[in-house]
Amino acid sequence: MSDNDVLIEARGLRKFFGGGAHPVRAVDGVSFSIRRGETLGLVGESGSGKSTIGRMLIRLLDPTDGQIHYAGHDLAKLSQRQMRPLRSRLQIIFQDPYASLNPRMRIRQILGEALDTHGLAKGHARAPRIAELLELVGLRAEYAERYPHEFSGGQRQRIGVARALAVEPDFIVADEPLSALDVSIQAQVVNLLGDLKERFGLTMLFISHDLDVVEFLCDRVIVLYLGKIMEVAPTRALYNRPLHPYTRALFAAAPIPDPAQRNAERPLLIGDIPSPANPPSGCVFRTRCAYALPACAEQAPPLAEVAPGHWKACLRDDLNPLPNKGAPI
Amino acid sequence: MNPLTALLKRLFHRRVVLIAALLLLSIAALALIFPLLSDVDPNAIAVLDRLRAPSAAHWAGTDELGRDLAMRIVWGGRYSILIGVATACLSVIAGTVLGLLAGFFRRLDAPIMRVVDAMMSFPDILLGISLVSILGASLWNVVLALVIVYTPRVARVVRASTLVIRELLFVDAARAIGVGTPRILYAHILPNLMSPVLVQLTFIFAYAILAEAGLSFLGVGVPPEIPTWGTMIASSLQYADQAFWTIVFPGVAIILTALCLQIVGDGVRDLLDPKLRETT
Repeated sequence: MSDNDVLIEARGLRKFFGGGAHPVRAVDGVSFSIRRGETLGLVGESGSGKSTIGRMLIRLLDPTDGQIHYAGHDLAKLSQRQMRPLRSRLQIIFQDPYASLNPRMRIRQILGEALDTHGLAKGHARAPRIAELLELVGLRAEYAERYPHEFSGGQRQRIGVARALAVEPDFIVADEPLSALDVSIQAQVVNLLGDLKERFGLTMLFISHDLDVVEFLCDRVIVLYLGKIMEVAPTRALYNRPLHPYTRALFAAAPIPDPAQRNAERPLLIGDIPSPANPPSGCVFRTRCAYALPACAEQAPPLAEVAPGHWKACLRDDLNPLPNKGAPI
Repeated sequence: MNPLTALLKRLFHRRVVLIAALLLLSIAALALIFPLLSDVDPNAIAVLDRLRAPSAAHWAGTDELGRDLAMRIVWGGRYSILIGVATACLSVIAGTVLGLLAGFFRRLDAPIMRVVDAMMSFPDILLGISLVSILGASLWNVVLALVIVYTPRVARVVRASTLVIRELLFVDAARAIGVGTPRILYAHILPNLMSPVLVQLTFIFAYAILAEAGLSFLGVGVPPEIPTWGTMIASSLQYADQAFWTIVFPGVAIILTALCLQIVGDGVRDLLDPKLRETT
């Protein structure tokens, strides 16, 4: 891949919360790039730093350290004022559609604010543009006059998507956009995101802990644990042949619908994720890893490319690649 | 239906709000207009008629100097309502600005709130007495003193709400869109503060009328030649066992006004909350 294809790139991204001897290391040295038109999945347990990364990329949070390269800028160095003109190009869809819409504003005002802030669709163009946005996300144009509380969760999330699209961004962070929704609604929103991605060639960072949705939507996946990248791979490669013990454990923890497919060999995770204020030495996963060696405590394994585009941060190269999903049903 | 009619229709959807609003309107109208039309002196002393029970000649009876109570309540309403409204509005405005700044800008939080805490550590009436003694007893100095007393309360309430609202996702969403801080404060945080602020407004109105009465009772309120509901109660208190009407009628005026304002305030609060609105 040539560098021209890279839309946004993070290098050595860190976010520590609190000072003192033991700050919470929410994100600890994460580097990755996202190509134009690509959907990158970011998976990991709660507390692994997924949302923190997403929020740093669009500077809703200030990184403690590291660089974010986008359109010739290092976003990490820009002031909030300098960020403002770029904000129309970098958008976010939030996890909780109940909290992300101001309850005192009509939908027309919510979408209109996004347009006004960047001087888009002024005057006579405004009402048709708002109608167009609503229809784009599968809502009726008349809904513009309603307030957020008059909508269901799925509808609100559609409004959140419409707001993000209103400013015509080229990069969207989708921060667990499904986890607050009913399963039946999730499918609709997934399809909507898939459609929009095709239609507008959107580049997306899709944060989720739902492995099935990630498989469906994403081109490439990053597996995150305790603020560090464990494994990066194209979706198919990762799902067919997860290499890192943590990735395997994640897949093993996902429910399998057919009891016959369940086998006893699933390496389940034991215990809780350690405190990011006091992470284990060496490999952060070693305390819960079934394959950990004494050497794992010595130093953090570097992220190394083991197959084209497939990177993992693990000392153990001797593990048998085990198929995760079993035989097709 | 034009927007104003629609608005009023929603506000008066609850009958009690309509009644309270009408009562409040008539109290205010009576207090404001009557003294302009009448040449009766509310301070006219008639010693022979002192402490008369309510009768046809004196609807609410007379006080210890024979002054007609009904007349004085009407006259006093002017000043009491003026003190209540001015105090409530000014302290709510000042308190909202301070609380919003303290709650939103972390750097301003400590300086503003320590001053507010220092003010709140004085008992209200003591602070009021010392302020009026420093400023001198006049109607506007009493208002100023009461504003200084009540502003910290509003600031505390507003700061607490701002701290909560600031962290809500829709504020992040506005930031992500590129909305600037002034507009976030004005369009996103302020409207969501309206409920607690309106409650404070109605509270302070009633408190201010009572506090002015307290200050007058202690001799540091408005000058005695200005009749207010508070001074009336304060000056007649020692005759209460012989002539209950001297304190009951001004008291009823205070309660009625405060209650009506509270009900109307609740109505307005509900009006401003889209969730309580009927689906259009």
